This record gives sequence, C-alpha cells and structure tokens, in this order.
Amino acid sequence: MYVAVKGGERAIDNAHAWLAEERRGDVSVAELSVAQIREQLALAVNRVMAEGSLYDPDLAALAIKQSRGDLIEAIFLIRAYRTTLPRFGYSEPVETGRMACDRRVSATFKDAPGGQVLGPTFDYTHRLLDFALEAEGLVEEAATGAPREAETPHVTAFLNAEGLIQEEHVPEDDRPRDLTREPLELPAGRPLRLQALTRGDEGFVLGMAYSTQRGYGRNHPFVGELRIGTVPVEMEVPELGFSVEIGEVVLTECETVNQFTGSKSEPPQFTRGYGLVFGQTERKAISMALVDRALRWEELGEDNVGAPAQNEEFVLYHSDNIQATGFLEHIKLPHYVDFQSELELVRKLRREAMVGEKREAAE
Amino acid sequence: MKDFTRDENAERRGWMGLLARSAAAELLAQWDAAGMAPAFTWLRAPEVGGVMVRGRAGAVGAAFNLGEMTVTRCSLKLADGRVGHAVVQGRDRRKAEVAALCDALMQGDEAGAVRAAVLDPLAAAAKERARVRAAKAAATKVDFFTMVRGE
Repeated sequence: MYVAVKGGERAIDNAHAWLAEERRGDVSVAELSVAQIREQLALAVNRVMAEGSLYDPDLAALAIKQSRGDLIEAIFLIRAYRTTLPRFGYSEPVETGRMACDRRVSATFKDAPGGQVLGPTFDYTHRLLDFALEAEGLVEEAATGAPREAETPHVTAFLNAEGLIQEEHVPEDDRPRDLTREPLELPAGRPLRLQALTRGDEGFVLGMAYSTQRGYGRNHPFVGELRIGTVPVEMEVPELGFSVEIGEVVLTECETVNQFTGSKSEPPQFTRGYGLVFGQTERKAISMALVDRALRWEELGEDNVGAPAQNEEFVLYHSDNIQATGFLEHIKLPHYVDFQSELELVRKLRREAMVGEKREAAE
Repeated sequence: MKDFTRDENAERRGWMGLLARSAAAELLAQWDAAGMAPAFTWLRAPEVGGVMVRGRAGAVGAAFNLGEMTVTRCSLKLADGRVGHAVVQGRDRRKAEVAALCDALMQGDEAGAVRAAVLDPLAAAAKERARVRAAKAAATKVDFFTMVRGE
C-alpha cells in the first residue's frame, strides 16, 4: 500500500544541491566537457546509446556527465528523454552489406574476401595499465594503407552458396512489433526478441550468452563474422514520395555460425545467431547473437533442455536494466506505512506463538 | 519549377542525403560563408523527433526495430514558390533550416552556386574522412603467411 507522506522537501533540495557539487568534484581539477566525454569515453557513450535505444552521441555524453558516470542512470535519462520525442516514422532496414567497415573479422574463414581487418581493437593488447596515459601528450597518427573501395560481402553468403547454412527469409508481413509502442506479449517472435536484446543490459545478455557456452543450452557458435562501421539510414519521406538518407549510424554486427546436426524438421546444416547493436559494442553484439541462437530452439525443432537462455519469457522479462533497476531500487524509498503493518503482523504472530508455547509447557 | 522525374529524384536524394549526414557546424560554416539569405515562409517549422531505425535478422531476413535516432525536420517555401524539405540527423534546428533552403535553391537557378559553395565542399570533406578511415582500417588488415614445415 502506498500512502502519500508530506515533508522532506528541504532535505531533498539540499541533497540535490550537494549532488551537483559532488558531481563537479574538486574544483581545482578542470571540468569535463560533454565533447570530451563524447570523444574520449566513446565506448561508454556507445553503451548508453545502445541500451538507451537512442542514437545521439551528444545526448549520451551529456547523460554520462549528469549521471556522474553511472551508465545505467545515464541510460535511464536517455530513455526518459526519448519518450518526449515525437516519432517521425520507421527507417528502411539498414543494409549492413553496405557498411564502411572499420573492423571486420571472421573466425571461420581466414581468407574471406575483404580480409581480416582488425580495426581499433583491444584484442591482442597486453591489458597492462599504460601509465603514459597519465601524462598529457600527442598521440602518434595511425598507419594507413590502400583504402578498400568495394563493399565488403557478408561471410555467411559464402556458406549459403553451398547450401550449408540455414537461409534467412523476409516474411510476407515484414512489419515488426515495436516494444516502445506496445507492451511485451509472449510468444514474442524473433524480431521482437532482437529488439529486446539489442537494448538489453550488456551484463545480463553477456551472462546469458556465457551460460550457453558453459553448457546451459549449448549451441556450438563460431563467430562467422564480426563487423563494425558506418551505414546510412534511409527513410521514406511522405511529402516527397521517395526515400532519402536521413543520417548515418555506427553499428556492430555479429553473425554466428552454429553447428547443427539436424532435427525432426531441419536437415544437418549450420544455423545462425544474429547480433546488431548501435555503436562499437562488440561484446554485446556477440552476446546478443549467442542468446538469439539459443532462443531459436523451437523454430529449429531442437529440444528445450530447460536452460535459462532458451526461456524467452525469462530472458525478455529480465533483460531491460531500466525496468529492473526501477523495480529493484524502489524498495529503498519510504515504505513506512507498509512496514508498520508488517511490524504489527510479526508482533501478533510472536504473541500467538508464545501463548502456544506457554500452553504446551503447562500441559 | 522542375518536374521531378526518376533520375532527378536520384539527384535530389543525393543532395538531401549529403545535407542530412553532414555535421551541423560544417554545413552552417559553408552556408554562412556563401552569404545567401533567400526570403522564405515556413510550411513546417523545424521540429525535433525520433526515427526508429530498423535492421534485418541475419542481415537479410525479417525486419526488426533496432532503436531510435534523433532527427530534425522542416519544410519551407521560397518567395517564388519553390518548396524545400529537410529531414536531417541530430537536433540542430538551424541545420534543418539551412538544409531545406539548400533543397529549395537546388531546384532552380541557384543550383550551381549552392553546389559549388555548400554541397561540393561538404561532399569532399565527407569523402576525405571516409578515405582516411578506410586507409587506417586497411593498415590493420592481416597478411597471413603459412609456415612451411621442414623436410
């Protein structure tokens, strides 16, 4: 039961003023600008855009500054902001085959056309703290090579040519349900699951993906392809009657190729999991692909082994960190009246239990 | 006023896309330097909103909703009746205004001047940025060599 209690306004105002002061920190240290966060904490900005489900690097950087670096709080701010935006429409599905790739690797085909392009990766670094970053200084310019001009083909297309991989089909009714427009209803179906996963909490999706690797619904994934880069976004403009590019976004895409020995309904072939996430966010994209594949057990005629990652309801209802944090954190807010009634109940139960004990002792 | 055929749509798609993708500061710098200030009336004043970006499962399968992006749109009419539209990335209202003005001017005699002063420099800068990134990516391409086992 919730009962409104007045009071505490002054305490709240003062708490928020102190918060602002603590956010600024030691004033003898230069203040961070939003542009500095956008440029130098780009992967935090990317995570806030992905889970805030709004592509706008400046807004994400502002949210990180306002939240003192608490990324879930920043995601909360972005989600709240996006509800204030009028929806102008839906884009055409982005064509990731047209991506200008910064990075493109395949763990399955060494000599994939387009090659293995590492990009600005943490892979193969030694994970030793670099104390040189403590000192200000100019960064050496990165080396350059002959730029690739052709588009980079998807790796899975090569397996497809041999008919060895499950094909993706565009359904007749290709209008996906939208989590931001209607409440989540089960069964969700793959498009809605992908929307939930791409905006889901990175830690949760990573944990779910890891659980499949450790044996809870194992699905034998290889990273067929991981690519990061820029793609244009197109939308049909009603006033014009044709579609135009309205901007461009950086995306991370992961396609897994999963060993599959066949089922009652499907022949032996490779199956696929898919991850697509705003920004340079490859841990999340790989995790998404593994969980997507695990959730496809029913359509592929696999057994449900009861693994958490196969459970659509469990995964989708617990992947959103804003729903989760809202429900979790509300229990720290005043519950004085509720607790009073709980207190009364426990006192009454204790009284009854003690009377019972005395009676037993007397007998 | 021009009657837009298919090919002209392609041309218009080209400049609208370029304007939409451009950084606000860069577009405004070019526009202000060009010194054009045509009179216009709003058909729809700049409005900030969101567009839901879609992807496809497995890159080529069923469409799904990926997340939104911020967009600003507006429409305006020049004194001679030409109409310009803009749907541009971000939340900069003046960027949308200038993009719509360019769109309107590109449909008439000023097309050459707008192209030279605004579009060409923007396109060149975008192309150069893309080229530099692609060149840096190319330098991180792995050259495999196979170790031959000794006889």
